[in-house]
Amino acid sequence: MAELNITERQAGDVTVLDMSGKITIGEGSVALRTAIRRLLEEGKKRILLNLAGVGYIDSSGIGELVSSYTAIGKDGGQLKLLNLTQKLQDLLTITKLLTVFDVYESEAEALNSYK
Amino acid sequence: MLHPRTSGKRRRFRKQPRSSHGGLQRGPCLILVTVDTTELSLPSCIESVAAAAAAVAEFMSRSLIGEDAAFGIDMAVREAVTNAVIHGNKQDEAKTVDLTLKSSPDAVEIIVHDQGAGFNPTEVPDPTKEENILKTSGRGIFFMRSFMDEVSWLIRPEGGTTVRMLKRR
Repeated sequence: MAELNITERQAGDVTVLDMSGKITIGEGSVALRTAIRRLLEEGKKRILLNLAGVGYIDSSGIGELVSSYTAIGKDGGQLKLLNLTQKLQDLLTITKLLTVFDVYESEAEALNSYK
Repeated sequence: MLHPRTSGKRRRFRKQPRSSHGGLQRGPCLILVTVDTTELSLPSCIESVAAAAAAVAEFMSRSLIGEDAAFGIDMAVREAVTNAVIHGNKQDEAKTVDLTLKSSPDAVEIIVHDQGAGFNPTEVPDPTKEENILKTSGRGIFFMRSFMDEVSWLIRPEGGTTVRMLKRR
């Protein structure tokens, strides 16, 4: 079983990636990087990561979130985060990244924020 | 797969495995397991991080570590082993990373040793400073310090770095 499972769906012009598993050094981080690169190549620049199923992330995974955020921003797009687990929220708080990312608990609210 | 035995006595029961042609096998080598201690020797590859995490999970279950402390210990060990593999041994599989987990009534002690050239921990930038927040790396030591009660490094002049971390119960 893959360390990180990513399912893509379209909600209007926003691409939602439903993620489950771990974003850790190696397979998990690479899977996220590959998915984001592919979306950018396809011209999909409004991306919402649904992290409800991500139970674990390490510093490499956090770095990959930052890298994705920067790459999408440079391409004129927006990366937003949805449904953080408490642990992930705690990690983003202590690293001060919660002030960087646009984070939502409601998918409808997250989708509306792109308009 | 590892099948750790537990015993009240310290007993080394398995040496580094060798392949049929005499070379070292790629994979974790469990050196010692007692009720209170686990020692593991790991090859310098990314897969060793997951192997270390699996050993830590088994150790914490045996040592009756609470959920919150377990999360922090798991995180700190993953980050320390990642640093040892990547920055210490530079993924040179001729070198190993040695992990020791010790449980006492007062604390859990974790020691990670690599065979790299060492570094100065005081020179590691603070990842929460504004100029570093959007950096894509450099948070591992910050997490180790955040989740453990004590973190210290011993850099040996002849090479090799040992990080010792303590989590009080």
